[in-house]
Amino acid sequence: MSELSVNHLLGIKYLQKSDIDLIFNTADHFKEVINRPIKKVPSLRDITIANLFFENSTRTRLSFELAEKRLSADTINFSAASSSVKKGETLIDTVNNILSMKVDMVVMRHPNPGAGIFLSKHVKASIVNAGDGAHEHPTQALLDSYSIRERLGEVAGKNVVIVGDILHSRVALSNIFALKLQGANVKVCGPKTLIPKYIDSLDVEVETNLIKALEWCDVANMLRVQNERMDISYFPSTREYTQQFGLNKKILNSLNKEIIVMHPGPINRGVEITSDVADSDQAIILDQVQNGVAIRMAAIYLLASKIKQ
Amino acid sequence: MIRRIKKYLIFALRTFISTQYMSQKVLLTAKEVQIILQRLACQLVENHSDFSNTVLIGIQPRGIFLLNRLQEILEKEYQINDLKTGQLDITFYRDDFRRSDKPLEANKTKIDFVVEDKRVVFIDDVLYTGRSIRAALTAIQSFGRPKEIELLSFIDRRFSRHLPIQPDYNGRQVDAINEEKVKVNWKENEGEDIVYLISK
Repeated sequence: MSELSVNHLLGIKYLQKSDIDLIFNTADHFKEVINRPIKKVPSLRDITIANLFFENSTRTRLSFELAEKRLSADTINFSAASSSVKKGETLIDTVNNILSMKVDMVVMRHPNPGAGIFLSKHVKASIVNAGDGAHEHPTQALLDSYSIRERLGEVAGKNVVIVGDILHSRVALSNIFALKLQGANVKVCGPKTLIPKYIDSLDVEVETNLIKALEWCDVANMLRVQNERMDISYFPSTREYTQQFGLNKKILNSLNKEIIVMHPGPINRGVEITSDVADSDQAIILDQVQNGVAIRMAAIYLLASKIKQ
Repeated sequence: MIRRIKKYLIFALRTFISTQYMSQKVLLTAKEVQIILQRLACQLVENHSDFSNTVLIGIQPRGIFLLNRLQEILEKEYQINDLKTGQLDITFYRDDFRRSDKPLEANKTKIDFVVEDKRVVFIDDVLYTGRSIRAALTAIQSFGRPKEIELLSFIDRRFSRHLPIQPDYNGRQVDAINEEKVKVNWKENEGEDIVYLISK
């Protein structure tokens, strides 16, 4: 197959395994492109992409913008903090105004779950979800799986544990969908208060003992505790969280095998992982960031190829 | 008995379909292909001598077979052993992105050197509209500014050009109309060296 089955990238839930394979194979080519002396291809020179960020972002916004520029697309950037959204404009109005300036694709991050899906039903543009509340963050999950594939050869059959704040994490949900779709075994690990009630419906095992989870896994994806999404206290103190669910070099060295450590960033050094773990050879955090550009180039390129002239 | 009748019916049906809808004519046999390959290799040596400042770039996907065959001859018969070769995919530089009915599928690019100030020879099996070579001219710039670029094509469909692009080394010129297709088969891929002119 050489075409995506979807017209928007709203979540991993809506993708098929063949879509993920296609994105990965295309990303392989773009990874080669971004390592050339001139890191740019002219494919999307007649495409305009609007990056709408209604929520803070550094890594994802820069990664998307770089991917778009590497593909020669024209880009416009928008952040809610300095826009008419503050004056009471609705989401559809904001986006339709931007689209009337002949924009072909919208990359959107929004604090409300399902914002991308809602938008895809009301506007004529290809929508890429760059994170919608605690729902999905498809490109992050794709780059995580791509990084596992790059390091371990394949994702199928690998044991992956996602550690930390599962309840508030869009990265966790998208990763669970992506990993399961590719045939990996997934466990989640964290304080019971930060494990969502619906976890059983995702066919994912829960482990509350970090050491046991790490002994089982090939890959540990350490998530950040999302204090900004917590309206109540989910654990007694950060210190206690770190003692029970923080990964340090001593734990990593005590394991009977060498596991891979991932983190979607931003890292709270000393909370979910210590600096010596984050900077170790077993951590592929910076590989994830580099792969993010290639994956986003692939996703945008494949979606754009479905926008016919 | 039933099996023989079935086999005969399939053969008859295939023959009927091919005569009704498609016919193919042999343009070049294996022997002729080999003679042309020898000549092209010889012409390359004539112009590039020891290839010390020359790189051969095969255009993906089908230029690679031709590149490998030429490399084999250059190494065996002209003892040019440190030949620099690369594979260039032009998918992301094509001018029919979003215009083609078929999705464009990328192939691998493998150029482990910079082409700055090098003499580059593009190698492709069929030169048709010239658009692939136009894309390749843009694509190669990502690897530096070559001193010069030449084009070697095995088949030149000379009256089908959309752009002012001509080969420097030419296997065989073919006058084919747009409805016809020229297919170059290589023994490494299709089992035998043969060139067909296929009419729909």
